[in-house]
Amino acid sequence: MSGLSYAYYPGCSGLGTSSEYDSSTRAVCKALFMELSDVPDWSCCGSSPAHAVDHALSAALSARNLARVRAMDRDDVLTPCPSCLTNLRTADHRMRDEAFAARANSLLDAPYKGGVRARSVLQAIVEDVGMEMVRASVVRPLKGMKVAAYYGCIMNRPPELMAFDDPEHPMAMDLLMEAAGATVLPFPLKVECCGASFGVPRPDVTARLSARLLLTAREIGAEAIVTACPLCQMNLDLRQNQAARFAGTAFEIPVFYFTQLLGLALGAPEGSLGLDKLCVSPARVLEAPAAGETNLTQGSRS
Amino acid sequence: MDVLDLSASYDADFVARVQAESGQNTALCYQCGNCTAGCPYTFAYDIPVSRIMRLVQAGQRRAVLSCRSIWLCATCESCTTRCPNDIDVARIMDVLRHMARREGFATERNVKVFWDSFLDSVRRHGRVFEAGLLARYVFLTGRFWTDADLAPRILPKNKLGLKPHAIKGQAEMAKIFQRFAEQEGRS
Repeated sequence: MSGLSYAYYPGCSGLGTSSEYDSSTRAVCKALFMELSDVPDWSCCGSSPAHAVDHALSAALSARNLARVRAMDRDDVLTPCPSCLTNLRTADHRMRDEAFAARANSLLDAPYKGGVRARSVLQAIVEDVGMEMVRASVVRPLKGMKVAAYYGCIMNRPPELMAFDDPEHPMAMDLLMEAAGATVLPFPLKVECCGASFGVPRPDVTARLSARLLLTAREIGAEAIVTACPLCQMNLDLRQNQAARFAGTAFEIPVFYFTQLLGLALGAPEGSLGLDKLCVSPARVLEAPAAGETNLTQGSRS
Repeated sequence: MDVLDLSASYDADFVARVQAESGQNTALCYQCGNCTAGCPYTFAYDIPVSRIMRLVQAGQRRAVLSCRSIWLCATCESCTTRCPNDIDVARIMDVLRHMARREGFATERNVKVFWDSFLDSVRRHGRVFEAGLLARYVFLTGRFWTDADLAPRILPKNKLGLKPHAIKGQAEMAKIFQRFAEQEGRS
Protein backbone atom coordinates (compact mmCIF):
# COMPACT_ATOMS: atom_id res chain seq x y z
CA MET A 1 0.00 0.00 0.00
CA SER A 2 1.33 3.42 -0.83
CA GLY A 3 0.29 6.82 -1.94
CA LEU A 4 -1.41 8.10 1.21
CA SER A 5 0.00 11.56 1.73
CA TYR A 6 -1.39 14.36 3.89
CA ALA A 7 -0.88 17.83 5.20
CA TYR A 8 -0.61 17.56 8.98
CA TYR A 9 -1.64 20.12 11.60
CA PRO A 10 -0.16 18.99 14.95
CA GLY A 11 -1.85 21.53 17.26
CA CYS A 12 -0.20 23.37 20.15
CA SER A 13 -0.65 20.77 22.88
CA GLY A 14 1.31 18.32 20.73
CA LEU A 15 4.35 20.46 21.49
CA GLY A 16 3.76 20.14 25.22
CA THR A 17 1.26 18.31 27.37
CA SER A 18 0.24 15.87 24.62
CA SER A 19 3.64 15.33 23.02
CA GLU A 20 3.07 11.57 23.29
CA TYR A 21 -0.08 11.92 21.17
CA ASP A 22 1.87 13.72 18.47
CA SER A 23 4.78 11.27 18.48
CA SER A 24 2.56 8.17 18.59
CA THR A 25 0.35 9.59 15.83
CA ARG A 26 3.40 10.02 13.62
CA ALA A 27 4.55 6.49 14.48
CA VAL A 28 1.15 4.93 13.67
CA CYS A 29 0.89 6.85 10.40
CA LYS A 30 4.36 5.69 9.45
CA ALA A 31 3.44 2.09 10.22
CA LEU A 32 0.31 2.44 8.06
CA PHE A 33 2.20 4.11 5.21
CA MET A 34 0.47 7.46 5.67
CA GLU A 35 2.93 10.21 4.88
CA LEU A 36 2.48 13.39 6.93
CA SER A 37 3.86 16.82 5.94
CA ASP A 38 3.56 19.48 8.64
CA VAL A 39 1.74 22.65 7.60
CA PRO A 40 4.63 25.15 7.33
CA ASP A 41 4.72 27.70 10.16
CA TRP A 42 1.29 26.65 11.42
CA SER A 43 -0.26 28.71 14.21
CA CYS A 44 -2.81 28.11 16.98
CA CYS A 45 -6.44 27.58 15.89
CA GLY A 46 -7.59 29.65 18.89
CA SER A 47 -9.31 26.65 20.45
CA SER A 48 -12.34 27.32 22.69
CA PRO A 49 -11.16 30.71 24.01
CA ALA A 50 -11.26 32.20 20.50
CA HIS A 51 -14.79 31.12 19.59
CA ALA A 52 -15.93 32.14 23.07
CA VAL A 53 -14.71 35.68 22.31
CA ASP A 54 -15.72 36.15 18.67
CA HIS A 55 -16.57 33.93 15.72
CA ALA A 56 -14.73 35.99 13.10
CA LEU A 57 -11.58 36.05 15.23
CA SER A 58 -11.84 32.28 15.70
CA ALA A 59 -12.35 31.71 11.97
CA ALA A 60 -9.42 33.97 11.10
CA LEU A 61 -7.05 32.08 13.41
CA SER A 62 -8.05 28.79 11.78
CA ALA A 63 -8.19 30.20 8.26
CA ARG A 64 -4.56 31.33 8.43
CA ASN A 65 -3.71 27.64 8.66
CA LEU A 66 -6.22 26.51 6.04
CA ALA A 67 -4.69 29.05 3.63
CA ARG A 68 -1.29 27.54 4.33
CA VAL A 69 -2.66 24.09 3.48
CA ARG A 70 -3.87 25.53 0.16
CA ALA A 71 -0.40 26.97 -0.41
CA MET A 72 0.90 23.39 -0.10
CA ASP A 73 -1.34 22.65 -3.07
CA ARG A 74 -3.55 20.39 -0.98
CA ASP A 75 -7.23 20.36 -0.14
CA ASP A 76 -7.13 17.95 2.80
CA VAL A 77 -5.48 18.34 6.22
CA LEU A 78 -5.28 15.92 9.13
CA THR A 79 -5.11 16.80 12.80
CA PRO A 80 -5.05 14.51 15.83
CA CYS A 81 -6.87 17.02 18.08
CA PRO A 82 -10.70 17.25 18.10
CA SER A 83 -10.63 20.88 19.22
CA CYS A 84 -8.34 21.91 16.35
CA LEU A 85 -10.52 19.79 14.06
CA THR A 86 -13.72 21.51 15.13
CA ASN A 87 -12.20 24.94 14.65
CA LEU A 88 -10.70 24.17 11.25
CA ARG A 89 -13.94 22.62 10.01
CA THR A 90 -16.09 25.39 11.46
CA ALA A 91 -13.95 28.09 9.84
CA ASP A 92 -14.10 26.43 6.42
CA HIS A 93 -17.84 25.85 6.79
CA ARG A 94 -18.81 29.34 7.97
CA MET A 95 -16.54 31.11 5.51
CA ARG A 96 -18.68 29.73 2.69
CA ASP A 97 -20.95 32.60 3.71
CA GLU A 98 -19.62 35.63 1.87
CA ALA A 99 -20.37 38.26 4.48
CA PHE A 100 -18.82 36.17 7.24
CA ALA A 101 -15.78 35.34 5.10
CA ALA A 102 -15.26 39.05 4.44
CA ARG A 103 -15.24 39.74 8.19
CA ALA A 104 -12.82 36.91 8.97
CA ASN A 105 -10.57 37.73 6.01
CA SER A 106 -10.43 41.40 7.02
CA LEU A 107 -8.41 40.25 10.05
CA LEU A 108 -5.88 38.36 7.91
CA ASP A 109 -2.87 39.41 5.86
CA ALA A 110 -3.90 37.07 3.06
CA PRO A 111 -7.48 35.87 2.57
CA TYR A 112 -8.55 32.21 2.77
CA LYS A 113 -10.46 31.28 -0.34
CA GLY A 114 -12.02 28.07 0.91
CA GLY A 115 -11.74 24.49 -0.21
CA VAL A 116 -9.81 22.73 2.54
CA ARG A 117 -11.36 19.76 4.29
CA ALA A 118 -9.99 18.98 7.73
CA ARG A 119 -10.30 15.46 9.09
CA SER A 120 -9.08 13.71 12.20
CA VAL A 121 -6.24 11.24 11.94
CA LEU A 122 -8.73 8.72 13.33
CA GLN A 123 -11.10 9.35 10.44
CA ALA A 124 -8.33 9.04 7.86
CA ILE A 125 -7.19 5.71 9.32
CA VAL A 126 -10.76 4.37 9.21
CA GLU A 127 -11.65 5.75 5.77
CA ASP A 128 -8.41 5.69 3.82
CA VAL A 129 -6.48 2.78 5.34
CA GLY A 130 -9.49 0.72 6.36
CA MET A 131 -10.09 -1.65 9.22
CA GLU A 132 -9.05 -4.73 7.27
CA MET A 133 -5.66 -3.30 6.43
CA VAL A 134 -5.17 -2.26 10.07
CA ARG A 135 -6.08 -5.77 11.25
CA ALA A 136 -3.69 -7.30 8.75
CA SER A 137 -0.90 -4.99 9.94
CA VAL A 138 -1.15 -5.95 13.62
CA VAL A 139 1.94 -7.82 14.72
CA ARG A 140 1.45 -7.76 18.50
CA PRO A 141 -2.21 -8.07 19.43
CA LEU A 142 -3.19 -6.44 22.73
CA LYS A 143 -4.59 -9.73 23.96
CA GLY A 144 -6.57 -9.64 27.16
CA MET A 145 -6.50 -5.88 27.60
CA LYS A 146 -9.93 -4.58 28.62
CA VAL A 147 -10.46 -1.02 27.51
CA ALA A 148 -13.18 1.63 27.39
CA ALA A 149 -13.09 3.84 24.31
CA TYR A 150 -13.85 7.45 25.20
CA TYR A 151 -14.34 9.88 22.31
CA GLY A 152 -15.06 13.10 24.15
CA CYS A 153 -17.76 15.54 23.24
CA ILE A 154 -16.73 17.17 19.97
CA MET A 155 -15.03 14.48 17.88
CA ASN A 156 -18.38 13.64 16.28
CA ARG A 157 -20.67 16.52 17.23
CA PRO A 158 -22.52 18.31 15.87
CA PRO A 159 -23.01 15.63 13.19
CA GLU A 160 -23.82 18.08 10.36
CA LEU A 161 -20.41 19.68 10.82
CA MET A 162 -18.23 16.75 11.81
CA ALA A 163 -19.77 14.30 9.33
CA PHE A 164 -18.05 11.22 10.73
CA ASP A 165 -19.21 8.24 12.74
CA ASP A 166 -22.26 8.28 15.03
CA PRO A 167 -22.76 11.41 17.19
CA GLU A 168 -24.20 9.51 20.16
CA HIS A 169 -22.55 6.14 19.82
CA PRO A 170 -19.34 6.41 17.80
CA MET A 171 -17.52 3.16 17.01
CA ALA A 172 -14.33 4.08 15.12
CA MET A 173 -12.01 3.72 18.11
CA ASP A 174 -13.86 0.67 19.42
CA LEU A 175 -13.31 -1.08 16.10
CA LEU A 176 -9.68 0.02 15.86
CA MET A 177 -8.95 -1.26 19.37
CA GLU A 178 -10.69 -4.52 18.56
CA ALA A 179 -8.59 -4.80 15.42
CA ALA A 180 -5.56 -4.23 17.65
CA GLY A 181 -6.63 -7.25 19.69
CA ALA A 182 -8.02 -5.53 22.79
CA THR A 183 -11.33 -6.36 24.44
CA VAL A 184 -13.49 -3.26 24.08
CA LEU A 185 -16.17 -2.90 26.74
CA PRO A 186 -19.44 -1.08 26.09
CA PHE A 187 -18.87 2.37 27.64
CA PRO A 188 -22.08 4.35 28.08
CA LEU A 189 -20.39 7.76 28.47
CA LYS A 190 -18.47 7.74 25.18
CA VAL A 191 -19.42 11.30 24.23
CA GLU A 192 -20.05 12.88 27.66
CA CYS A 193 -17.93 15.95 28.40
CA CYS A 194 -14.88 15.49 30.70
CA GLY A 195 -14.89 19.05 32.03
CA ALA A 196 -13.00 20.48 29.06
CA SER A 197 -10.80 23.47 29.77
CA PHE A 198 -12.35 24.31 33.15
CA GLY A 199 -9.62 22.35 34.94
CA VAL A 200 -7.77 25.57 35.71
CA PRO A 201 -10.53 28.16 36.38
CA ARG A 202 -13.16 25.77 37.83
CA PRO A 203 -11.39 22.59 38.97
CA ASP A 204 -14.48 21.58 40.95
CA VAL A 205 -16.49 21.30 37.73
CA THR A 206 -13.87 19.29 35.86
CA ALA A 207 -13.22 16.99 38.82
CA ARG A 208 -16.91 16.11 39.02
CA LEU A 209 -17.32 15.36 35.32
CA SER A 210 -14.07 13.42 35.02
CA ALA A 211 -14.85 11.45 38.17
CA ARG A 212 -18.08 10.26 36.60
CA LEU A 213 -16.18 8.94 33.59
CA LEU A 214 -13.53 7.23 35.70
CA LEU A 215 -16.09 5.69 38.07
CA THR A 216 -18.10 4.34 35.15
CA ALA A 217 -15.02 2.95 33.43
CA ARG A 218 -14.09 1.16 36.64
CA GLU A 219 -17.64 -0.10 37.10
CA ILE A 220 -17.75 -1.78 33.70
CA GLY A 221 -14.41 -3.44 34.40
CA ALA A 222 -12.15 -1.40 32.14
CA GLU A 223 -8.44 -1.64 32.94
CA ALA A 224 -7.67 1.36 30.81
CA ILE A 225 -9.37 4.21 28.98
CA VAL A 226 -8.52 5.00 25.38
CA THR A 227 -8.87 8.60 24.19
CA ALA A 228 -8.43 10.67 21.05
CA CYS A 229 -8.35 14.14 22.61
CA PRO A 230 -5.48 15.92 24.41
CA LEU A 231 -7.82 17.69 26.80
CA CYS A 232 -9.81 14.55 27.70
CA GLN A 233 -6.56 12.68 28.23
CA MET A 234 -5.19 15.44 30.45
CA ASN A 235 -8.31 15.66 32.58
CA LEU A 236 -8.51 11.91 33.06
CA ASP A 237 -4.78 11.22 33.51
CA LEU A 238 -2.96 14.27 34.89
CA ARG A 239 -6.02 15.32 36.90
CA GLN A 240 -7.01 11.78 37.94
CA ASN A 241 -6.12 12.49 41.58
CA GLN A 242 -8.33 15.60 41.61
CA ALA A 243 -11.23 13.51 40.29
CA ALA A 244 -10.48 10.82 42.87
CA ARG A 245 -10.49 13.37 45.69
CA PHE A 246 -13.87 14.62 44.50
CA ALA A 247 -15.29 11.09 44.33
CA GLY A 248 -13.77 10.09 47.67
CA THR A 249 -11.98 7.15 46.14
CA ALA A 250 -8.65 6.24 44.57
CA PHE A 251 -8.16 5.54 40.89
CA GLU A 252 -5.31 3.83 39.13
CA ILE A 253 -6.65 3.78 35.58
CA PRO A 254 -4.15 4.36 32.77
CA VAL A 255 -5.47 6.69 30.06
CA PHE A 256 -3.92 6.03 26.66
CA TYR A 257 -4.15 7.83 23.35
CA PHE A 258 -5.54 5.36 20.83
CA THR A 259 -2.40 5.90 18.78
CA GLN A 260 -0.23 4.62 21.63
CA LEU A 261 -2.07 1.30 21.83
CA LEU A 262 -2.45 0.99 18.08
CA GLY A 263 1.26 1.77 17.72
CA LEU A 264 2.11 -1.03 20.15
CA ALA A 265 -0.05 -3.48 18.20
CA LEU A 266 1.48 -2.38 14.91
CA GLY A 267 4.98 -2.90 16.30
CA ALA A 268 5.97 0.77 16.10
CA PRO A 269 9.23 1.62 17.87
CA GLU A 270 8.35 1.94 21.53
CA GLY A 271 10.42 5.06 22.02
CA SER A 272 8.05 6.89 19.68
CA LEU A 273 4.93 6.00 21.67
CA GLY A 274 5.73 8.02 24.79
CA LEU A 275 4.23 5.51 27.22
CA ASP A 276 6.54 6.93 29.89
CA LYS A 277 4.80 10.32 29.50
CA LEU A 278 1.54 9.04 30.98
CA CYS A 279 1.01 10.16 34.60
CA VAL A 280 -0.81 6.98 35.65
CA SER A 281 1.65 4.22 34.90
CA PRO A 282 0.41 1.77 32.27
CA ALA A 283 2.95 -0.87 33.34
CA ARG A 284 0.47 -3.15 35.10
CA VAL A 285 -1.96 -3.15 32.17
CA LEU A 286 0.73 -3.66 29.57
CA GLU A 287 2.35 -6.52 31.43
CA ALA A 288 -0.73 -8.71 31.28
CA PRO A 289 -0.97 -9.21 27.51
CA ALA A 290 2.75 -9.60 27.23
CA ALA A 291 3.06 -12.20 29.97
CA GLY A 292 5.44 -14.89 28.86
CA GLU A 293 6.55 -12.71 25.98
CA THR A 294 8.20 -9.38 26.43
CA ASN A 295 7.74 -6.70 29.05
CA LEU A 296 6.58 -3.78 26.96
CA THR A 297 7.25 -1.07 29.47
CA GLN A 298 10.91 -1.82 29.90
CA GLY A 299 11.77 -1.20 26.31
CA SER A 300 13.12 -4.71 25.82
CA ARG A 301 11.72 -4.93 22.33
CA SER A 302 14.11 -4.21 19.54
CA MET B 1 -37.80 32.35 41.54
CA ASP B 2 -37.88 35.97 40.43
CA VAL B 3 -41.12 37.26 38.99
CA LEU B 4 -40.58 39.15 35.76
CA ASP B 5 -42.80 41.87 34.33
CA LEU B 6 -42.38 40.69 30.74
CA SER B 7 -44.03 43.58 28.97
CA ALA B 8 -42.01 46.17 30.87
CA SER B 9 -38.64 44.45 30.48
CA TYR B 10 -38.92 42.98 26.96
CA ASP B 11 -35.86 44.10 24.98
CA ALA B 12 -36.70 43.61 21.31
CA ASP B 13 -33.28 44.80 20.20
CA PHE B 14 -31.61 42.12 22.34
CA VAL B 15 -33.70 39.36 20.73
CA ALA B 16 -32.93 40.66 17.26
CA ARG B 17 -29.20 40.86 17.98
CA VAL B 18 -29.02 37.33 19.38
CA GLN B 19 -30.81 36.03 16.29
CA ALA B 20 -28.64 38.02 13.86
CA GLU B 21 -25.31 37.18 15.52
CA SER B 22 -26.10 33.47 15.95
CA GLY B 23 -27.99 32.99 12.69
CA GLN B 24 -30.62 31.08 14.69
CA ASN B 25 -34.36 31.53 14.98
CA THR B 26 -34.81 31.50 18.75
CA ALA B 27 -38.61 31.47 18.37
CA LEU B 28 -38.35 27.83 17.26
CA CYS B 29 -37.60 26.72 20.83
CA TYR B 30 -40.72 25.11 22.30
CA GLN B 31 -39.17 24.35 25.68
CA CYS B 32 -38.95 20.56 25.36
CA GLY B 33 -35.97 20.60 27.74
CA ASN B 34 -33.84 18.18 25.73
CA CYS B 35 -30.87 20.56 25.88
CA THR B 36 -31.01 20.82 29.65
CA ALA B 37 -31.50 17.08 30.06
CA GLY B 38 -28.32 16.36 28.14
CA CYS B 39 -26.23 19.29 29.37
CA PRO B 40 -23.38 17.98 31.55
CA TYR B 41 -23.03 21.41 33.16
CA THR B 42 -26.55 21.88 34.48
CA PHE B 43 -25.33 21.10 38.00
CA ALA B 44 -23.00 24.11 37.85
CA TYR B 45 -25.35 26.49 36.02
CA ASP B 46 -27.37 29.15 37.80
CA ILE B 47 -29.89 29.07 34.92
CA PRO B 48 -30.40 25.84 32.91
CA VAL B 49 -29.86 26.19 29.18
CA SER B 50 -33.50 25.65 28.19
CA ARG B 51 -34.48 28.48 30.52
CA ILE B 52 -31.82 30.71 28.98
CA MET B 53 -33.50 30.02 25.63
CA ARG B 54 -36.84 31.07 27.12
CA LEU B 55 -35.33 34.22 28.64
CA VAL B 56 -33.86 35.11 25.25
CA GLN B 57 -37.30 34.72 23.66
CA ALA B 58 -38.69 36.97 26.39
CA GLY B 59 -36.05 39.60 25.68
CA GLN B 60 -34.57 39.47 29.17
CA ARG B 61 -31.18 40.92 28.31
CA ARG B 62 -29.93 41.61 31.79
CA ALA B 63 -30.99 38.28 33.29
CA VAL B 64 -29.29 36.41 30.45
CA LEU B 65 -26.08 38.39 30.16
CA SER B 66 -25.47 38.47 33.90
CA CYS B 67 -25.86 34.72 34.44
CA ARG B 68 -22.98 32.36 35.20
CA SER B 69 -24.11 29.61 32.89
CA ILE B 70 -22.97 31.31 29.70
CA TRP B 71 -19.39 31.27 31.03
CA LEU B 72 -19.56 27.62 32.09
CA CYS B 73 -20.81 26.20 28.79
CA ALA B 74 -18.00 24.09 27.30
CA THR B 75 -19.51 23.99 23.79
CA CYS B 76 -19.74 20.20 24.11
CA GLU B 77 -22.47 20.34 21.43
CA SER B 78 -24.84 18.02 23.27
CA CYS B 79 -27.67 20.60 23.11
CA THR B 80 -27.07 21.40 19.45
CA THR B 81 -26.91 17.71 18.52
CA ARG B 82 -30.13 16.84 20.36
CA CYS B 83 -32.36 19.84 19.65
CA PRO B 84 -35.44 18.49 17.84
CA ASN B 85 -35.85 21.80 16.03
CA ASP B 86 -32.24 21.98 14.86
CA ILE B 87 -31.43 25.09 16.81
CA ASP B 88 -27.68 25.52 17.24
CA VAL B 89 -28.01 26.15 20.97
CA ALA B 90 -24.27 26.02 21.64
CA ARG B 91 -23.77 28.77 19.09
CA ILE B 92 -26.35 30.91 20.88
CA MET B 93 -24.50 30.34 24.18
CA ASP B 94 -21.30 31.45 22.42
CA VAL B 95 -22.99 34.59 21.09
CA LEU B 96 -24.38 35.38 24.55
CA ARG B 97 -20.91 35.39 26.07
CA HIS B 98 -19.64 37.56 23.22
CA MET B 99 -22.37 40.05 24.13
CA ALA B 100 -21.77 39.69 27.87
CA ARG B 101 -18.09 40.38 27.34
CA ARG B 102 -18.75 43.45 25.19
CA GLU B 103 -21.30 44.80 27.64
CA GLY B 104 -19.08 44.34 30.66
CA PHE B 105 -20.61 41.29 32.34
CA ALA B 106 -18.19 38.59 33.49
CA THR B 107 -19.81 36.62 36.26
CA GLU B 108 -17.21 33.86 36.11
CA ARG B 109 -14.15 36.08 36.15
CA ASN B 110 -11.62 33.25 36.40
CA VAL B 111 -13.00 31.60 33.28
CA LYS B 112 -12.72 34.88 31.39
CA VAL B 113 -9.18 35.48 32.67
CA PHE B 114 -8.18 31.96 31.63
CA TRP B 115 -9.52 32.45 28.09
CA ASP B 116 -7.93 35.91 27.86
CA SER B 117 -4.60 34.51 29.04
CA PHE B 118 -4.84 31.77 26.42
CA LEU B 119 -5.44 34.23 23.60
CA ASP B 120 -2.74 36.54 24.91
CA SER B 121 -0.34 33.61 24.58
CA VAL B 122 -1.47 33.01 20.98
CA ARG B 123 -1.09 36.72 20.19
CA ARG B 124 2.45 36.83 21.60
CA HIS B 125 3.86 33.56 20.32
CA GLY B 126 1.60 32.35 17.52
CA ARG B 127 1.12 29.08 19.36
CA VAL B 128 -0.08 28.52 22.89
CA PHE B 129 2.73 28.37 25.41
CA GLU B 130 1.14 26.25 28.13
CA ALA B 131 3.45 27.07 31.06
CA GLY B 132 3.32 30.78 30.23
CA LEU B 133 -0.46 30.70 29.99
CA LEU B 134 -0.73 29.16 33.46
CA ALA B 135 1.75 31.66 34.88
CA ARG B 136 -0.22 34.59 33.48
CA TYR B 137 -3.50 33.18 34.79
CA VAL B 138 -2.00 32.76 38.26
CA PHE B 139 -0.57 36.27 38.14
CA LEU B 140 -3.87 37.85 37.09
CA THR B 141 -6.08 35.93 39.51
CA GLY B 142 -3.70 35.71 42.45
CA ARG B 143 -4.64 32.04 42.75
CA PHE B 144 -1.08 30.93 43.42
CA TRP B 145 -2.07 27.44 44.48
CA THR B 146 -3.68 26.68 41.09
CA ASP B 147 -2.77 23.13 40.14
CA ALA B 148 0.20 23.14 42.52
CA ASP B 149 -0.72 19.52 43.32
CA LEU B 150 -0.12 18.59 39.69
CA ALA B 151 3.47 19.80 39.54
CA PRO B 152 5.00 16.61 40.96
CA ARG B 153 2.91 14.59 38.49
CA ILE B 154 3.77 16.46 35.32
CA LEU B 155 7.24 17.89 35.84
CA PRO B 156 9.04 14.50 35.86
CA LYS B 157 7.30 13.67 32.57
CA ASN B 158 9.37 16.35 30.94
CA LYS B 159 6.70 17.36 28.50
CA LEU B 160 5.66 20.77 29.75
CA GLY B 161 7.81 23.05 27.60
CA LEU B 162 9.48 25.83 29.54
CA LYS B 163 10.11 27.98 26.47
CA PRO B 164 7.55 29.25 23.93
CA HIS B 165 7.72 27.98 20.35
CA ALA B 166 8.14 31.09 18.28
CA ILE B 167 6.77 30.94 14.75
CA LYS B 168 7.90 33.00 11.78
CA GLY B 169 4.44 34.49 11.39
CA GLN B 170 4.48 36.03 14.88
CA ALA B 171 3.96 39.57 13.58
CA GLU B 172 1.19 38.33 11.30
CA MET B 173 -0.56 36.76 14.31
CA ALA B 174 -0.20 39.92 16.38
CA LYS B 175 -1.81 41.85 13.54
CA ILE B 176 -4.87 39.55 13.54
CA PHE B 177 -5.48 40.50 17.16
CA GLN B 178 -4.67 44.15 16.56
CA ARG B 179 -7.19 44.40 13.70
CA PHE B 180 -9.75 42.60 15.80
CA ALA B 181 -9.26 45.06 18.68
CA GLU B 182 -9.60 47.99 16.27
CA GLN B 183 -12.82 46.62 14.77
CA GLU B 184 -14.25 45.97 18.24
CA GLY B 185 -13.35 49.51 19.25
CA ARG B 186 -15.20 50.94 16.23
CA SER B 187 -18.38 48.92 16.58
